[in-house]
Amino acid sequence: MRKISALNLIVLGLGIAFLYLPIVILVIYSFNASRLVAVWGGWSLHWYSQLAGDEPLLQAAFISLRIALVSATAATVLGTLAAMVLVRFGRFRGRLLFAAMIYAPLVMPEVITGLSMLLLFVAVSVDRGFWTVVAAHTTMAMCFAAVIIQSRLVDFDKSLEEAAMDLGASPLQTFLQVTLPLILPAIAASFMLAFALSLDDLVIASFTTGPGATTLPIRIYSEVRLGVSPEMNAVCSIMVLVVGIAVIAASLLTKLNAVRGTPART
Amino acid sequence: MKTGHIRYSSLARLVVGIPYAWLALFFLVPFLIVIKISLSQTAIAQPPYTPVFDLAAGWQGLRSFFAGLSFDNYAFLGTDPLYFFSYLKSLQIAACSTLLLLLIGYPIAYAITRTSKRAQAILVLLVVLPFWTSFLIRIYAWMNILQHDGPLNQLLLLLRIVREPPAWLSTDTAVYIGIVYSYLPFMVLPLYATLEKLDDTLLEAAADLGCPRWKAFWLVTVPLSRPGVLAGALLCFIPIVGEFVIPDLLGGSRTAMIGQAVWTEFFANKDWPTAAAVAVVLVCLLVTPIVIFQYQAMRDSERSV
Repeated sequence: MRKISALNLIVLGLGIAFLYLPIVILVIYSFNASRLVAVWGGWSLHWYSQLAGDEPLLQAAFISLRIALVSATAATVLGTLAAMVLVRFGRFRGRLLFAAMIYAPLVMPEVITGLSMLLLFVAVSVDRGFWTVVAAHTTMAMCFAAVIIQSRLVDFDKSLEEAAMDLGASPLQTFLQVTLPLILPAIAASFMLAFALSLDDLVIASFTTGPGATTLPIRIYSEVRLGVSPEMNAVCSIMVLVVGIAVIAASLLTKLNAVRGTPART
Repeated sequence: MKTGHIRYSSLARLVVGIPYAWLALFFLVPFLIVIKISLSQTAIAQPPYTPVFDLAAGWQGLRSFFAGLSFDNYAFLGTDPLYFFSYLKSLQIAACSTLLLLLIGYPIAYAITRTSKRAQAILVLLVVLPFWTSFLIRIYAWMNILQHDGPLNQLLLLLRIVREPPAWLSTDTAVYIGIVYSYLPFMVLPLYATLEKLDDTLLEAAADLGCPRWKAFWLVTVPLSRPGVLAGALLCFIPIVGEFVIPDLLGGSRTAMIGQAVWTEFFANKDWPTAAAVAVVLVCLLVTPIVIFQYQAMRDSERSV
């Protein structure tokens, strides 16, 4: 084991503090009894109970969850296919364009993606709402999914697939019984990332949404623009808690999987 | 590969076809439409631009389509200095914050590689975790901290560093803080990935040959970590140029970045062709870094195959 120097320790401490302190402060302030955010009025759950009666906010949260679930599912399926194409299909005609269409959305500014999607929906006169947001989120998230699953596909031993085929398995059987179980952790990670991206997205959703499909970030954004409020502190704290638990659970899950998978791989 | 290719060709066609068609429909076509609309006239109607090319109109339609194209929107961008300064401001903020991110991210990434394997896994998770919480929430957390009588000013007053509480919100400083905070994981992860792979024996060799540690770091570690630096810088620079939420919530009216210009043209002024033109010019500005990024990503994926 390497010995860590004092300087590195300080750097790590400062770095982690910088990343976490703002969120911790936000959570602490959400328990503030005082209406004025900056004045400490003692601990209280008042703002959380206030939330339970905020009908439009709950509605928006429900819509966001539904959009995230549908688009993450679609994005994971499409992303898996796209990753297979990138890794297992060699150089076919149009591969360059395909790869470009996978990588470009990853770095494209959200305002442009949102704007172009909206103009598409207007050009083919589709009513904007739930499904247009789902389509937009699916497109963005499938590219992330493709990249994650691709890196997993690149890593694993292709001779396993070839062995299955030599023993008479059809390509579909090979995929379902050999490839799929091996890339399952990457697929799960992609689904989670897609879900989080969709739940988090403000800009693309603002462009592609329509009446009756106000998502939670759009709702939060319209409130936050007016300034800091204790209710928003409470909403944000709940979201931090939910996401934190989900991510820690997922990383423990993949760790368990990895531990179980190690003897088989060696 | 070749035999496999032929063997499952009908299934293969479906596997290629579905994601290909989806991306063409929802990424490529919308983009062509943006270019088309940026070349059309503004109209006070719903939708607020002259209609897109209609296939049914045939040859006549095609001629009127080309006749209808105009570069007025681009000319308009050229005449109004507001846009020029927005582009300039966006590039400047992106360049400065990428540099800041590099200066802050590199020591963190380096320090992570100096810990035990077990600690590394935990530290990487700790760096990634904030990335999973909503972007909006993280910016909002800073609105809490930076507000006039917020914790930062209270602390500064308590420590007697300032007499008067300074205004943080609606300044460039707040925008930089927000950007560095939000994009730090994007910088640290690629740097860590490269630094972690570096061969320690190289440093030992340098030490054996009498090279002081700081010099070995500068002459060995830094040059070898170039791919990570490039990846991190591009991953941060490109999205920051088009950033909307951070300057909108933390910046003031003087921090008008180009992402906000697209948003305002679109939602407030309802001038869709101008918004499209602003977007096209932005993409042109970003094309060089995006091509570098893609080339790098392709080369990496091919090398690992």
